[in-house]
Amino acid sequence: MKLEDNNIFEQEVEGLIRDINTSYGYDFSGYSRASIYRRVKRFLTNKNLNSMRDLKIAVFSDPFYFESFLQEITVNVTEMFRDPAFFLSLRKNVLPILSTYPHIKIWDAGCSTGEELFSLAILLQEEGLLERTRIYATDINQKVLKKAKEGIFPANQLAASTSGYYASGGKKEFTSYYISNYGNLKFNSSLIKNVIFYPHNLATDSSFNEFHLILCRNVLIYFTSELQEKVFSLFNGSQVRLGYLALGKKETLSMSEASKSYNIIDKENRIYRKTS
Amino acid sequence: MQNINLIVIGGSWGGLQASLSILSGLPAGFKIPVILVLHRLKNYESDLAGVYKNKLALNVMEIEEKEKISGNYVYIAPSNYHVLIEKDQTFSLDVSEYENYSRPSIDVTFTSAAEVYGAGTAGILLSGASRDGSKGLKNIKENGGLSIVQDPEEAEVDTMPRSAIDIVPDCSVMNLKSIQEFLLSI
Repeated sequence: MKLEDNNIFEQEVEGLIRDINTSYGYDFSGYSRASIYRRVKRFLTNKNLNSMRDLKIAVFSDPFYFESFLQEITVNVTEMFRDPAFFLSLRKNVLPILSTYPHIKIWDAGCSTGEELFSLAILLQEEGLLERTRIYATDINQKVLKKAKEGIFPANQLAASTSGYYASGGKKEFTSYYISNYGNLKFNSSLIKNVIFYPHNLATDSSFNEFHLILCRNVLIYFTSELQEKVFSLFNGSQVRLGYLALGKKETLSMSEASKSYNIIDKENRIYRKTS
Repeated sequence: MQNINLIVIGGSWGGLQASLSILSGLPAGFKIPVILVLHRLKNYESDLAGVYKNKLALNVMEIEEKEKISGNYVYIAPSNYHVLIEKDQTFSLDVSEYENYSRPSIDVTFTSAAEVYGAGTAGILLSGASRDGSKGLKNIKENGGLSIVQDPEEAEVDTMPRSAIDIVPDCSVMNLKSIQEFLLSI
């Protein structure tokens, strides 16, 4: 797209963001713009929409259409055992400490379609902790929460998931966790029997419990520094003393005010521990 | 000659050696930031930044999100993320769908660079067995930037350069030595 046209396009997206906040109550003002603009362009192309005007008409005349727009704008691409080194570190450095608590509470913030959630549950089960752990799995998007609850993932990811499982210290046969059917893998629902799913918007919603571990990986990359600051403060207020915070491999707490309350315990895998 | 404020280099198979041969000739005081997007194996811990650090006079870093883009640096796209550029010339990372079977995708970063740096962008596409990068190079050209493609005759794998020449016929085709000389002249 030519820069002149691009500038007009971006202004129209800014208008759309404001109108969505007014009509639907979803606040995207704290989202990184490069990604949002790219997602909107992609949506226009995929849906064969000719203009931003067509998009606005569709989004504001039909809440179901808005839901699908929401799902496309917020990135919901995820995989099981993404960054196996992280899961290995979680298994070796964090779970042994969590095992000293009689009850464990974990928040998977921005759980998307659930691949990370199931990876985590498998780790907990193998370390003997699943029965006394309650996981709160939240996402801005209700549609993906529904998918996460089903625990059905496409089989074309199986090779990567399997190698990720073993690289993260997997102790069993990976095949024991799912049934393969029609190109899909259905994971054992017993893995998520202690999981509570519900919609939570990191940009606007507040703290709802205190956790021993918060996972929020590759969500904050889509937020501006200001919104990140707000979310870190939310996490800080939602953790027990000596609780753990796990971020994505390229995300950091270090620029934030909240970093004063945390030590980094695994720099490579971005695992932090609250000191006070 | 036009002012160049950002150099973006893309490569796949053969791109590592080709980019090393260009960049190793740049002095530590080279003022224009360089972003390098190479296709990499995902979940495979390779210290790509370390390889460049050893061979280049310039500073080298793997991109972290929100990092401010500045001169004297070669920025390496991390494995398994797309690299986008914000208006305030900082990096954004993104884990969305693969583009051209790749993440990082060269098209994504080239296009984003063109949208922020406009005519100040120089895009360089090197050897590779992929068609990634062609569309991005076209975007750079359309916005007045420079589109440079490694001579397919010289490239280890010529699919990527040939695809770019097809899609951006008015790009400049150069061998590695000329690309290096050109960068030293700007």
